[in-house]
Amino acid sequence: MKIKRIQLTTTVRNFILGDAQADRVVPPTGFTAQLTMFSAAAMGFLAVFTLAMSLASGRLADRWGAELARSSTLRISAPPDQLPAQTTAALRLLETTPGVASARALSEDEHRALLAPWFGPDVPVDTLPIPQLIEIIETSAGYDSAGLRLRLSAEVPGAVLDDHTRWRRPLVRAATRLRTLGWVSILLIATVTGAMITLAAHAALAANAQVIAVLRLVGARDAYIANAFVRRFTLRAGIGAFIGTAVGMLALLILPSAQADGGFLTGLGFQGAHWLWPLIIPPIAALVAFFSTRAAARKTLRNLV
Amino acid sequence: MIEFENVAYSYGGGELLSDISLKLSPGSFHFLTGPSGSGKTTFLKLCYGALLPTSGQVRLFDRDVRSFTRDDMAMTRRRVGVVHQDCQFLDHLTLADNVALSLTVSGRDHFDEMANLSELLNWVGLKSRANALPAELSGGERQRAALARAIIMSPDVILADEPTGNVDWEMSQRLLTLLVELNKMGKTILIASHDLALIRSAKSQVQARVLRISNRRLQLAGADL
Ligand SMILES: Nc1ncnc2c1ncn2[C@@H]1O[C@H](COP(=O)(O)OP(=O)(O)O)[C@@H](O)[C@H]1O
Ligand SMILES: [Mg+2]
Repeated sequence: MKIKRIQLTTTVRNFILGDAQADRVVPPTGFTAQLTMFSAAAMGFLAVFTLAMSLASGRLADRWGAELARSSTLRISAPPDQLPAQTTAALRLLETTPGVASARALSEDEHRALLAPWFGPDVPVDTLPIPQLIEIIETSAGYDSAGLRLRLSAEVPGAVLDDHTRWRRPLVRAATRLRTLGWVSILLIATVTGAMITLAAHAALAANAQVIAVLRLVGARDAYIANAFVRRFTLRAGIGAFIGTAVGMLALLILPSAQADGGFLTGLGFQGAHWLWPLIIPPIAALVAFFSTRAAARKTLRNLV
Repeated sequence: MIEFENVAYSYGGGELLSDISLKLSPGSFHFLTGPSGSGKTTFLKLCYGALLPTSGQVRLFDRDVRSFTRDDMAMTRRRVGVVHQDCQFLDHLTLADNVALSLTVSGRDHFDEMANLSELLNWVGLKSRANALPAELSGGERQRAALARAIIMSPDVILADEPTGNVDWEMSQRLLTLLVELNKMGKTILIASHDLALIRSAKSQVQARVLRISNRRLQLAGADL
């Protein structure tokens, strides 16, 4: 096991460092190589923005979703002597309403905490004619607010249903969908990168058919020949994607930062640990290049006599 | 070492070589002659597995070439030194790098082997040309470089296809001397050539058998050569 691991490390190290001689047996592939690097850079750049978009819509969906799940509020304003009765009636009614997970009347202390920012900590809640608040937690399906309003107006005349967060439901759906689209785009970018590198590798292999023939004559194994190409394209794609990613991250860094009331656009950058996410782009590009070039090389070498 | 048993070969049309049986024993020196287009190059390709017989059996180092995997084939190429008719160099590498190519692709280009390389270049008289590109070499230099490349892995067998193809008489004598020296070191040599003067001159230096392809078959040439 240990030996195997050492062998693997050696293999990986040899692959990355290469040996100067082995790299020189295949002539420089100039134009193809530059094109590969440039395309990988462009794809890296795009991937950064797509990733940022995906993460931002994810954040939005989560935040709005959480607010949705939190609650809506029922406010009962009634003369003090009727307030307890109406509260009890409202709670009973809510208990039998489909889509309401739980309903709870706020205590005096909670009322005081809510009012504290305006009137200070020593509000005499019990002597003020303030409305009673009932916190409603919805099930994921949600309740029918028009129906609930109708029943409340019949049975609890002082009740006002405040469900201001509910209008965001379609927005959350949109944000979630946007996040999914972002991931699909990232997948597409990876696929296109793979396709492009496959084409470039095929071109390079075809251009070097004569070189490959000579290498065969002197006893080069297929794996050796394939590696010479694979290493080249993997490094090019990795370096290109690294540059593109760096530029993309820089561009996001100088984007105006998110305000507290942050709209979607100003919140497009990465936040906190999310800045680590784009760092996986270059290795992924390198992996994609590794596998597509290897497949292309194996296929070509099998077909060359 | 190399054995043919009732081997026939055709490129798709009629048979080019028919019913060939042969055994190259270690340390032997053979010439292969015959008119241009008679199949000498084809025969050599059969000898190192670049072509598979259409019928019969070719055995390299006691194994049927048909049973070779691609990797086996690569390994065999390292044990058989081939001097190709058109040399086959990599144009972007220097002469020294071209000569060392077998070492490079087998991962053996270490310092001690490189010392051998300069000795080898010295032996073929190309030390001063080590950094020249193939395009800058004369015909004779190319042939000597091709020979150096063929023997750098110290193969047991050396196959040379028209090694004196486009060089003058003096240079062909020099190449022949190198091949005779290799034979004296114990290498098995097979040279395809239609240069009868060269063959005659070789017979005075080494005990060589001459094979001739005629009418698709392999014959042992008589004393007239
Ligand atoms: N790859 C090939 N495909 C079809 N015919 C070939 C091929 N290589 C050689 N030939 C034919 O086979 C014959 C023998 O060629 P070759 O072995 O090169 O002869 P030699 O080396 O004796 O001149 C020639 O007629 C040549 O045209
Ligand atoms: Mg020939």
